[in-house]
Amino acid sequence: MKRVNSVEALEKEREKIRAARDSNKPCITICTGTGCHAAGCYPVAEAFKKALKAQGMDGSVDLRNTGCHGFCERGPLVVIHPEKILYQRVKPEDAEEIITETIKKGNIIERLLYEHPVTGEKIAHERDVPFYKLQKRIIFGNNGAIDPTSIEDYLALGGYDALAKALTSMEPVQIVEEIKKSGLRGRGGGGFATGRKWESCRNAPGNNRYVICNADEGDPGAYMDRSLLEGNPHSVLEGMIIGAYAIGSHEGYVYVRNEYPLAVNNLRTALDQTAEWGLLGKNILGSGFDFTVKINRGGGAFVCGESTAMMASIEGQSGEPRPKHIHTVESGLHDKPTNLNNVETWANVPYIINQGADRYCRVGTDGSKGTKIFSLVGKVNNTGLVEVPMGITLREIIYDIGGGIIGGKRFKAVQTGGPSGGCIPESLLDLPVDFDRLTEVGSMMGSGGMIVMDESNCMVDVAKYFMNFLKEESCGKCTSCREGTRRMHEVLNRITEGEGREEDIELLEDLAFVTTEASLCALGGTAANPVLSTIRYFRDEYEAHIRDKKCPAGVCKALITYEIDPDQCTICGLCQKTCPADAIEGKVKSKKPFKIVPERCIRCGMCYEACKFDAIKVT
Amino acid sequence: MTKGDIIRFTIDGQEVEAEKGQTILPIALEAGFDIPHLCYNESVKPYGACRLCLVEVRKNGRTRMTTSCTYPVLEGIEVFTQTERVLRARRLIMELLLGRCPGDQVIQDMASDMGVKEVRFEKGDKDCILCGLCARVCDEVVGAHAIHFAQKGSERKMMPPYGNEPTTCIACGACVTVCPVDVIGLKEEGDERTIVRWKRTLKMKQCKVCGNYFAPWFQLETFREKAKLPKDFFDACPSCRESL
Repeated sequence: MKRVNSVEALEKEREKIRAARDSNKPCITICTGTGCHAAGCYPVAEAFKKALKAQGMDGSVDLRNTGCHGFCERGPLVVIHPEKILYQRVKPEDAEEIITETIKKGNIIERLLYEHPVTGEKIAHERDVPFYKLQKRIIFGNNGAIDPTSIEDYLALGGYDALAKALTSMEPVQIVEEIKKSGLRGRGGGGFATGRKWESCRNAPGNNRYVICNADEGDPGAYMDRSLLEGNPHSVLEGMIIGAYAIGSHEGYVYVRNEYPLAVNNLRTALDQTAEWGLLGKNILGSGFDFTVKINRGGGAFVCGESTAMMASIEGQSGEPRPKHIHTVESGLHDKPTNLNNVETWANVPYIINQGADRYCRVGTDGSKGTKIFSLVGKVNNTGLVEVPMGITLREIIYDIGGGIIGGKRFKAVQTGGPSGGCIPESLLDLPVDFDRLTEVGSMMGSGGMIVMDESNCMVDVAKYFMNFLKEESCGKCTSCREGTRRMHEVLNRITEGEGREEDIELLEDLAFVTTEASLCALGGTAANPVLSTIRYFRDEYEAHIRDKKCPAGVCKALITYEIDPDQCTICGLCQKTCPADAIEGKVKSKKPFKIVPERCIRCGMCYEACKFDAIKVT
Repeated sequence: MTKGDIIRFTIDGQEVEAEKGQTILPIALEAGFDIPHLCYNESVKPYGACRLCLVEVRKNGRTRMTTSCTYPVLEGIEVFTQTERVLRARRLIMELLLGRCPGDQVIQDMASDMGVKEVRFEKGDKDCILCGLCARVCDEVVGAHAIHFAQKGSERKMMPPYGNEPTTCIACGACVTVCPVDVIGLKEEGDERTIVRWKRTLKMKQCKVCGNYFAPWFQLETFREKAKLPKDFFDACPSCRESL
């Protein structure tokens, strides 16, 4: 039992942990975040363990499985400390060589280094890789340094420092003021001022009040909250405890998707540890403050990320939003004052308390302070999680950090803000990214999804994809949202099928109006964004589909034709062999180029993929 | 009622009074304003599903569209029931409802009144508008909890638990009465009553005076137990009981 009953006892324990660690001792950290897990990090970790033992070095080298480092594109990632040499796409068979060469002799293995996609330069250290170099990882940075199942790792890096400071040297009101001063805004999508929310909840009449951590991240392609909870659950918990103390709450919930099993597990481990250490429960650090946290696993409904739907779900009712004429900070969970913040918001709290609001404020723009974690995915070279200062431009994120578009293709749009965000065109690439600017251009910050699209993406098809998601994830309560999303999808579908009508754009605008204006919650309120933003910036693509019956990007099957360019056809016959519809005529070794019979072509694209000479043209 | 409990506000410029805790819609209807609505019924809590009763509310200089059935009255608010935005939204909702349930007479009539003549998308084949009144009256008034919403999004529907015969349904017919589009259906044949949509059939009790079958046994027993009535209370039907 390691229960610490005072700040002094905590500091003593922290010193003990630090004293037992030698910062010069070699340490191999292996990213075991979800991306690297999928790329096969566990066999790599196993291979390191075996190899260290075989070479009799298991005592002299530390091996640590850490949370997500963010550079998921290049996983499994391995970092050798203290030099911080980054090896990427490591395989189990590389483990022995890394130990004999790098650990023992200090030699760098070129083959495993990251290669700059443009200059071809091999980069040895994590800090020099452009992907990391331009980030500002104040919230996410520790993910790569700690084992998320070890509270000692978190403590060694100064964990629960902020809590100790808050409990012993700050009045609850002071904490609220500090958060207000920091300008922190909710990272879950709404961007509401966190400090003001805390203040309203604190001042709301009533005895019991709740704090909730919203970990029901559901945007397609977004996984920053997942990686924080998986990789550094204590930072989120520490934020919650500080928040609860400031607000005067003694009971908290983390509402986490059940589809995030590792997040649930690591959080559960963290909760057990904090309870054991006396950092949760009764009389935390001898301060007289009591606080407990329960995990509530979500059942998979996207709409449960909406605050009132989430509270209904925690109460055991179906996850349906309710009107918020009386705010949840006054009457939320069980009709008690309730403060709900997102995972990333909570994780910002310890940093603000430790560093002070003034310092925190130095990063960001006028209306948006601090950093934001984005999940950068789609047609970009370096996909992964990036933490950047607010105000950075989209161009910097996509080209400098993200390394540009895959295959050197032309950028077309970036979709931000999750399914109900909007698509931002090339002309706005120099837009500084913050809450207000993204809203101004018809998109939103959302929880931080960023999907990059290139010239081969059809914007009508993209809008259809998101609308399909929304029509299925609408709870179905409001006519306007349930029927509105369904009908927008129907109209988009007929446009992509070549059956669009001249008046369909106007109809989409009508449906967008009613869905936005007449629906109860933010899901309906923002559901039209994918449609409106694509009409706003890519109207010509809609018109091409409707009037010319053409899909300029060559995506919508009903509107494209495949043809063989006779000048480029080498008469190899590969297309004919691959065609499942027997739609290609011609003879190998003849003099006549192959030909596609349009009536038989099912536009599956198999020949296009198969042709090695770019002879198949899509129009 | 103390003085502080009276709330004064305006609807389309006309001053009205309400009690604290009331919502806009019933006050407006009582004062003679014409606000279309489908999912509101004064016997149950407002739910705000159909969205037809939209109004614009101006509060502290900010105007927003909201459903009048769920919006609690506040001192000094200004409510507008006929603005261009409100009428446009209502017409579009009506078009959506007509598109979903083209066969419902009530929906056809309302749509026609609002100038919605045709729908610009594929006609649906549903009859239920998903207002939830049947389930809400069953929960809040009857207490039988025999029907509920199932699925989400465009798949949402009303049904008894797991789509089976609702074993807690007492066939009282309250859902049939409140359904604004009258698509549930109640049928009585001989000594049996059937709630058509939920496929629930129950035997009825015979009045010992007039000999008519007047209500399901299960319903009468449930009510008698709940209200702690004497054993013979329901031996006679309500009309005969009065004349006894």
